[in-house]
Amino acid sequence: MTEVSQELAPVSPSKLTVRGVSKSFPGRSGTVLALDEVDLEVSEGEFVCILGASGCGKSTLLSLVAGLDAADKGEILTDGRPVVGPGRDRMVMFQDAALFPWRTAMGNVLFGLELKPNLDRAARREVATYYLGLVGLSRFAGASIHELSGGMRQRVALARALAPNPSVLLMDEPFAALDAMTREKLYGDLQEIWRKRRKTIVFVTHNVREACVLADRVVLMTPHPGRMRSSFDIELPRPRDINAENIAALARRISKKLEAMGGEGST
Amino acid sequence: MKRALTFLAFVAVIGILWESLVALGAWREVLLPRPSSILRYLAHAFLDGSLAEAAIVTARRLFMGYAIGIATGLPLGLLTSRFAIARDSIGVVALGLQTLPSVCWVPIALLWFGQTEAAMLFVVVMGTTWSILLATEAGVRSLPPVYLRAARTMGSKGLHTMFRVLLPAALPAIVSGLKQGWAFAWRSLMAAEIFVTILTGFGLGHLLHYGRELHAMDQVLGVMAMIVAVGLLAEQALFGPLERWLRVRWGLLG
Repeated sequence: MTEVSQELAPVSPSKLTVRGVSKSFPGRSGTVLALDEVDLEVSEGEFVCILGASGCGKSTLLSLVAGLDAADKGEILTDGRPVVGPGRDRMVMFQDAALFPWRTAMGNVLFGLELKPNLDRAARREVATYYLGLVGLSRFAGASIHELSGGMRQRVALARALAPNPSVLLMDEPFAALDAMTREKLYGDLQEIWRKRRKTIVFVTHNVREACVLADRVVLMTPHPGRMRSSFDIELPRPRDINAENIAALARRISKKLEAMGGEGST
Repeated sequence: MKRALTFLAFVAVIGILWESLVALGAWREVLLPRPSSILRYLAHAFLDGSLAEAAIVTARRLFMGYAIGIATGLPLGLLTSRFAIARDSIGVVALGLQTLPSVCWVPIALLWFGQTEAAMLFVVVMGTTWSILLATEAGVRSLPPVYLRAARTMGSKGLHTMFRVLLPAALPAIVSGLKQGWAFAWRSLMAAEIFVTILTGFGLGHLLHYGRELHAMDQVLGVMAMIVAVGLLAEQALFGPLERWLRVRWGLLG
């Protein structure tokens, strides 16, 4: 039996390697090349934002890393081991939360833990309780999903993704559907949680400022076909404030670059 | 409460109108008796126990047939929703058979099983299974794919996915399928009871049938009213709590 403290102990974040990955889908007018020879290297514990307009293949890339789809070409490695399917070492947070409405907030966080061997009922509850607390929802453990606001749902989704203690966290535009105020609060909380539970994070977004606030590094992607273009290291101190002068200036620079490449991003 | 009162007032007005028209000799009572004689029949049948007895016999058949219908329709629906080969075989058959009015099963049931309980059950099961199968399949197939993707990332697969994700996710759709199946079962059973003369149990359908044979119009109309009442009551008792629970947990009714 695994001890709860052992279960909650931080795992070392993984190094993620994407090498020469291509992926195409059948479309209405022939096959669409969603990703074309994409390379990406994310080091242990790094927070990388992939920035690009809708349709640039950034969500496709995330699905491939998650192991939900298979690449046509190229390889994806975590700590040198090839990704062959979904795994608890890489958890995903989806845009529309994707919570299970037949379970409570607690039940949703428990879902992944129930599939983890060597955890008894009490231990699972203790672990889930810890993560609900981490995202600030201790009081809402028993709430039905439809009773929660959009921001709270994303918090539950974050807790659910963190609960199996993955070494990589993949976030697919998780805040895109939220209002600005809720989003800003979540930027702060996410940075704080990331500081506490060091994970390698790949965060997909079309929001330039969001990328600037969160990332260690922003990677730009352009569509048709999806390609990695330039990348920006962001060395501003944390926690960062989305309304700060330096974030705005940086966002302007990145937006210009994106426009010059023919892509679009919202600031 | 107000709606119930409105309805009762409506029934009362119609009843009084009907009663007075018959009293005035607007039509012959042999064809359409007055409400008071229907009520008298119902009261009489209640007191001598024949009505309750018939209702119990009918309910027993209904629940048995319905249970078998669910037990076959639900797993088959899960199968056809997940596997193309099941969909293209059983699924297509279900689609065809579902359009067949359940009373059309009566001749074959009589020939196969004779005038037995089995024949009755067969008609009810045939009337129920396909609609439950199709509702389950439609429910599972219309699920947002993101549920499955999320479940897969957390390590769910195979039977775990089926019972812990697909089934609960499709529950609102399945419940409306069960409700439709219930309606079909009820209709099928009445058809079966009217057409299958049987000695092992005298149901509401038989009561209705013999009302016709005896030209007892008060019995025909009284039993019809009773059938409506049983149908409404069972639906409320069965699906009322289930739908309330779904509303609370899901926050909607799919």
